[in-house]
Order: sequence, then C-alpha cells, then structure tokens
Amino acid sequence: MTLSPPLQVADDEDLIRVVGCRQAYHKGGAADLVVLDDVNLTLRSGEIVGLLGRSGSGKSTLLRIVAGLLPPTEGSILWKGRPVAGPVPGIAMVFQSFALFPWLTVQKNVELGLEAKGIAAAERDRLAEGAIDLIGLGGYENAYPKELSGGMRQRVGLARALVVQPDLLLMDEPFSALDVLTAENLRTDLIELWAERRLPVKSMLLVTHNIEEAVLMCDRILVFSSNPGRVAHELAVPFAHPRNREDPAFRQLVDQIYALMTRRAPIVSEAELPLGETPPQPAAPVQIALPDLPMNTMVGMMETLAADPLDGRADLPLLASRLQMALDDLFPLGESLQLLEFAELEDGDILLTAEGSRFVQSSHDERRQILWHSLLHNVPLVRVIRAVLDERPNHRASAERFREELEDSMSPDYAKQTLQTLIGWARYAELFDYDEDADQLFLDDETE
Amino acid sequence: MTARSLPALLSRDSRPNMFDLAALLCMLGLAVLLASAGRHMLAPVTAPNAAVIHLDPAWLPGYAVRTTLRMFAALGASLLFTFTYAVWAAKSRRAALILVPVLDVLQSVPILGFLTFTVVFFMGLFPGRILGAELAAIFTIFTSQAWNMAFSMYQSLRAVPPDLEEVARGFGLTAWQKFWRLDVPFAVPGLVWNAMVSMSGGWFMVVYSETITVGNTDILLPGIGSYVGTAIAQRDLWAVLYAILAMLVVILAYDQLLFRPLVAWSARFGTASSDSTPASDPWMLVLLRRTALLRRVTDAIGEGLTAIGGLPLGRRPHEARQRHALPPRLLDLGWSALLAVASLLALWQVWLYARATFSLSELLHVVGLGGLTLLRVVAMVLLASLVWVPAGIWLGLDPVRARRTQFVAQFMAAFPANLFFPIFVVLIVHFRLSSDIWLTPLMILGTQWYILFNVVAAASSFPADLLEVARSLQVRGPLWWLRVALPGILPHYITGAITASGGAWNAAIAAEVASWGDDHLSAHGLGAYIAHATVAGDTAHVGLGMTVMAMFVLLFNRAVWRPLADYARRHFAFV
Repeated sequence: MTLSPPLQVADDEDLIRVVGCRQAYHKGGAADLVVLDDVNLTLRSGEIVGLLGRSGSGKSTLLRIVAGLLPPTEGSILWKGRPVAGPVPGIAMVFQSFALFPWLTVQKNVELGLEAKGIAAAERDRLAEGAIDLIGLGGYENAYPKELSGGMRQRVGLARALVVQPDLLLMDEPFSALDVLTAENLRTDLIELWAERRLPVKSMLLVTHNIEEAVLMCDRILVFSSNPGRVAHELAVPFAHPRNREDPAFRQLVDQIYALMTRRAPIVSEAELPLGETPPQPAAPVQIALPDLPMNTMVGMMETLAADPLDGRADLPLLASRLQMALDDLFPLGESLQLLEFAELEDGDILLTAEGSRFVQSSHDERRQILWHSLLHNVPLVRVIRAVLDERPNHRASAERFREELEDSMSPDYAKQTLQTLIGWARYAELFDYDEDADQLFLDDETE
Repeated sequence: MTARSLPALLSRDSRPNMFDLAALLCMLGLAVLLASAGRHMLAPVTAPNAAVIHLDPAWLPGYAVRTTLRMFAALGASLLFTFTYAVWAAKSRRAALILVPVLDVLQSVPILGFLTFTVVFFMGLFPGRILGAELAAIFTIFTSQAWNMAFSMYQSLRAVPPDLEEVARGFGLTAWQKFWRLDVPFAVPGLVWNAMVSMSGGWFMVVYSETITVGNTDILLPGIGSYVGTAIAQRDLWAVLYAILAMLVVILAYDQLLFRPLVAWSARFGTASSDSTPASDPWMLVLLRRTALLRRVTDAIGEGLTAIGGLPLGRRPHEARQRHALPPRLLDLGWSALLAVASLLALWQVWLYARATFSLSELLHVVGLGGLTLLRVVAMVLLASLVWVPAGIWLGLDPVRARRTQFVAQFMAAFPANLFFPIFVVLIVHFRLSSDIWLTPLMILGTQWYILFNVVAAASSFPADLLEVARSLQVRGPLWWLRVALPGILPHYITGAITASGGAWNAAIAAEVASWGDDHLSAHGLGAYIAHATVAGDTAHVGLGMTVMAMFVLLFNRAVWRPLADYARRHFAFV
C-alpha cells in the first residue's frame, strides 16, 4: 500500500466548523451532566471523517448537533460560514436503526425529502429512481421496509439521504445493526462509489465504535474519550482506497488506535491545548458507570486469558476477532477487570494480574472470597453500601438512595444499570443481596 | 406521597408498626360499612328509609359506599363467570364452537337494555325485598364487565406458550395444578387490565341502574346514581355538583388504592421482560409490602391459595385419555348437527313471535331509528377525532405533557359521564335548543377519552429517530401530518375509536332521553326507543330495540372497524 495524499484535495472548502461545542444536561439540584466538552472540528469537502469512541462518549450527540437536530449548550456551529440553527438543506443523515417509515414503500421513503422540498412528482420520480439504482435497490421500489433484510433497509436509508444531493452525509453507526457479512458488503459498495466519485456528496462524517471500520473508510479519525466526551486524539489515515485489512501498515494503525484507546487516562499535554485554557481537572473520586456485565462473562474471559495459547496476555484486536466480540463488548469487559484489579490494559493488550490468575485457579468458594475483597477494596460504592447495611439494625436499605447517589455523576439510565451490575457482582461474592419487590438492598443470614 | 418517603426501616420487622395501626383502622371501618350496607339490602322495599333519597350532602359518603359495594359485588360475579365460562371455552373445542360466538354477540348487545329483563326477573325472585333490585343493578354492572374479561381470559388461555405447556406436562402437573401454576398467572396481566377498563364502563352502568323504572316497578336504590336522579327530579343543581365531587373522590380512591397497585403487581406475571414497567411502584403497593402485619396476613393468604392451587386434583398428563366409543370426527359432526338444529329451532321461535307481535312497518321504523343513532355515533366519533387526534399528538410528543394527559384521560374515561348530563340538560332546557342535535354530544362525553388516551399513547411511543428523520429532511406542515404523524398513530387511534363508538352505542340509551324536573327531552333514535319501552315495561319492544341495536353494532364492527384495524395493523405498525 502506498501513501497518498487525501482524495479530492482540489476543492478544499470548509463545510462545517464546530467551535468550542459543549453539551450538558441540566439536572435538578446536582451538577450538570456534561456529555460533550469543548469539541472543535472542521470538516472540509473531499474527506471522510470518523468519530470513534465508546458508547456514551457523546459522538452521536455531536452528530446530531452538526445535523442541526440539537442545539449545543455552548459553542457555535458554522455551515459554510453561516451559523446553524436547525436542520440545513445541505446535510442529510443515515441512522443506525435505518429509521424508515413502515407505511411508505421504498420509493415513497426515498422521495420524502424531495416532497418536503416541493419538487414536482415527475422530477421526484426520476431523482428517486436514480438514487435507488445507484445504491443497488433497483426492483425493490414497491416493497415495504418490513419486506426487506437489514442490509437492504440500510440501503434505503442511504438512498433517502443521497437523493436530496447533500453536501455532507452524516452516518450514525450505519453498519452496527447489520451482521458482519452484510455490513462489509455495504461498506465496500459505499467506498467504491465514493472513490469513483459517483456519490453526490462532498464529504462524509461517520460515527462508529468499530476501529477497523474507521481505518477502512476514513481519511481522518477523531478518537473521543468518555465522561465527558472530548476529542482525545486526531489521526490521519494516509492510505488510498480500496484499502486492504491485511496490509501491515493497516494493522499497525489499528493496533496504534487500540493502544490509544486503552491508555488509562488520555494524557493531554498543555502544549496541545489552545492558549489560555487549563488542562481538564482530574475527575472527582466519583463512581464510574459500569456496563451491563454479568460476573459469569468476566470469569469466562479470565479463564480464556489464563488458558493455553494466551497464557495471561492477549492482543485486543486478535482477542476481539477470536471471541467474535465487538469493541463495545470487549472494552467494558477489560475495563471492569481492570477496575477489580484482575487484569490490566496496556498498549492494546490485556494481561491477567497475579490476583486474576489466583482467581482462575481457585475453587468457587475461594473465588467468592477473592471477589469479596476486590469489590470492597476497589469499588467505593460497594464499601458504602456494605457499611450502611452493617450499621442498620435490620440490615436493609433502599436501593433508590444509592441510585440517586450515582446519578450525581451519571445519567439515570447508567445509574440504574451500574447498580444492577454491582448487585450481580455482590451476589456472586455474597456481599449483599437485593429484594426486587421492595427495591431494597439487604444482608441475609449468609452474607451477614 | 411517593414511594421514597416511606422509611425502609419499617419492613421485614415482624413487629406491628404504625402503618399496621392505620391499616387496621381502615379495615374496621370497612367492616362496619359492609355490615350496615348488608342490613339495608335485606330490608323490605316498604321500609321507611328505603326509597327516600336525602339530598343533604352528609348522606353522600354513605351512598358512595353503597355504589362502590355494588361495583365490587359485580366484579366478583364477573370473575366467577370468567373463571368458568372462559375456561370452559378454552379447554373444550366443541364448547368453544358455541360459547365464543355467543360471547361475541353478548359484547355487542346494549347493556342498559338488559335492565328491563333483569329487574323483572330478580324482583320476581325476591318479591318485596330490596335484594331483588340490588341484584338487578349488580347484574347490569356485571354485563358491562363480564364479557370483556371473559374474552381476555379466553385469549390468554389459548396463547399460553407451548414450551411452558411442555414443561408443565414434563413435570406431570395435574390439570388443576397446571391451571393455577401456568394458565392463571399467564392470564393475570390481561385480566387485570381488562377488569380496569371494564370497571370504567361499570361506573356508568351503576349510576344508571340505581334509578330503575320498569313499567310499574319504580325503585330507588340508595347510591350516587339515585342521589343524582332525585336531584334531577327536584331541580337541584348543587346536589348534582356534590355528587360529581363525591364520585371524583370515589374514583380517585379506587384508582390509587386498588388498580394502580394491582396493575403494578400483575406486571410480574408478564412473560416478556421488556414490558414497559412504571418507573416506581405505586405508593399503595409499597405500603402493603412494607407493612409488617399486613404483609404477614397477605403472605399467609398467598401461601394458603398456593397450597390449594397445588392440590393434585384432576388427571395427570401421562394417564391415558379415556377412549371414546365413537371416533372424534363423528362426534364433531353430531355436535355441529345438534347446534344447527338448535339454532334453526330458535330462529323459528323468534320468527313466530316476531310475526305475531310486530308489523313490518314497525320493524322498518325501528331500523330507521337505528340508522339515525348510527349517524349520531359516526358523527360524534368523527367530531371527537377531529379535536382529540391533533391535540393528542401534540400532547403525546412531549413526555411530561403525555404523562399528565394520560392520567387525566384515564381518570375521565372512568368517570361516569352521566353525572354530567344534567348540566347539559339544564342548558338545553334554558336555551330551548333542539334535543335531536344537542343531546347527541352526551353520547360521546364519556368515551371520547379513549380516543385521546390512545392517541397520546401512540404519540408518546413514536420512534424518536423517525421524528428526527422528518426534521432532518425538513418535512413540515401538511406533509408532516400526512406522511409522518397520522400514519404513525393510526393503529392506536383505531383501537381508541372502536372503544369510543362501542361506548357511544351503549350511552345512546341513556343520552337520547333526559329530563330536568318536569322537562323531559327526547331525541329521535334507537336509544330513545329502547329507553321509552323500558319505562313503559314493554319487554317485547325493548327486545326488538336491543336486537336491532346489537345487529347494527355487530355489522358496523364487522364491516368497518375490523377490516380497518387489520389494515392498520398490517401497514402502519412499527416493525
């Protein structure tokens, strides 16, 4: 693979500029929940830019802000130099869930944007026909969305966005609801059309949590950090299309991004920051949001890591393909193991700690003991819960109270999920139990 | 009061606590009320205070309790009916051949029309006692609930997942055990929901049935309905307002104390975990769960019931079925033939009776009246839709507004609209308006809320990304309504419109005639025809009116609503 300058440098025009964008949700009383903090982004015509990050890093929010669907709390969005206040005709969007109207045929779905523009029926028909043929849907014009497979539905979504001939195409995880083969097929088709300059768009902005997808498609990748969402890194992808996943340079870039994303805290040197800004304060010692992760999965992961070919250390991209896990499954798993000090993430690798190895080799009862100590030692909220339960004469406490405590540092949904996960882990360790009817945490005879 | 404000410390402590004291006092009060109401029921009709309704508001709480008791008596009867009729229909294929269509027809029969027959029947059963009239009123409420609940039960029983059936069979549960361990829990959510919806209709019926006049039998049963009836006769608008206030309290209490806890409780029987569960439990359920003594009592009752459900009654699945002497096909054939002969005989009897009693011109006249009422129902449903569909979409798209509206709409749907009739009648009498036109809105007064309720539900569950697509493509104005909003709410809207039109037919009997003191208003229509025949005690004409109305409802459902609902489900449901 040869290094080449980005495509279509000729018409180097600024399409969209995001300056100092901040998005926060106001919560009664407590501090605001910051989803995006000080995000700057410039999109020029002729490039595909990827927003890469974990779920909850605010990248989809940023996409909606760019689309004019959501006004930012602070900062400004400029579309071709003019401020954006609401949806702009030159921007179209493709959704993860396809978002097709079930009561409209393929043709009618594609025509919707044209109808809104007040284009005459004959012209609509012609344009829609063109988009449908371009995207490989010819013959399906009269089908309803429910008759189509997922891949075909997303093609309708693409055709609907392309038919209005937008300058900028926004894509919100467009392939993540599709199976592996279908997604790859659609990706290559899209890139082929782009490389042949047959897409009626000047630039594309792609939100993804799939590192390989980002490297395969984008000319520039912005890596987001979570909580609050910030642009942690920016990388140029200097490969020409079509790209080869097996190319050593390709693999190296993928590895590099893995390493960036598994770094403990994104290190931002003051030199990189715009003048006059202080580096972000380290987060207060608050509880981090936990994924919906049962203990069994974590145990299975540790056992796989400890077992033969891996022997306690594995390359994350390899592990991902080996276990058929998406990035969004693997990272939370690795980070949760890291939180419990059973494993460490390092340079895109995951390695089992001594405690982790001891856990794997132990009997069920000993495992329980190890987890017990690990939870009390590493998860502050578990320590608090246990202390409260020990102190109460009836050893019961309302779960709502701890959920509210969590809501100080995360959204209510994440708070609910985090406590749910903690309850699962605590039950494994027999640290405390949960009464679903009464929504109370309690110690029963065994856990006391 | 929210769930959070109850201290967690109270629970799991087996000693009685202050909540027990409160609960105990409430129960004592309830027992006293029940006893006094029961004593009244057995009193003779001629007892001095039996037929006198006092308009002093101090009497209202007592009347409210009597009315509520009738509701619950009917609910009990409906449950009994549900657990026999529906179970029989679900378990026996041959019985279902006749039981299910009968239920379908019964659902379409105007409930208020039953009054004529039941009053005569029950008064004959208990001559000279209030009990007869009480039973007739209770039966009327029963007819407004039972069919609906039985249908829900029947459908649930038919839809028990096959893998659970197999588990039950694998463990060798007897028929009785399987019924209580699998069938009933599976049917609970649907049953509770339908009972709640039917209770809403029941309030309307109970208010109507408390002032029964059938021919020469004229009875006032003490209750909110008869209080309003007396207020109308004496032209006392304040008393009507007091009654509305009392009803508000009763329905609020019934909603908060009984049905919200029940619905939350029944959610645990839902098999799908993705069901939209309310964010927090209703406070009453929390109270019940956290009150130590009550919890022990309910636990004990629960355990007792569980034990009864576990009794090894009935056949075990591995025991061979009894061999029939005849092959099943022949039995089926014989059964169908029997049904056909019985139907033909019945038809012959009806024909003979009808030919002797009614002339052809009268028949045509009644059908014409039915057409008039149909026109009213359609016009009212359209009018209500014109108002509530746009309003419902606007309200439903905002989560906060949607929640508030849901509460109000649910409440208004449960509120017996006939309590508001006098206010309208006063206006009509005062301004000398045409009763043919101005009595019509009364039909939809109570049931319009079902349209609002369903539209709000649909709008609030409208997929967010579809709305975003529309905004992103800048779909606005008429195009937005036509392509986005209206199709999205259509399936829900049709459900609401069906309920509303069914309710309107029923209300026609109560709404096409009205009075205020000595001013009697009457519109031309089938409802008024039935109402007049009822007052005259003319059972033959009541029967004719009911039959024609039932036919109209059945035909309208089959020819319009069902195809519409099917079409909407196929084309407009979100995948």
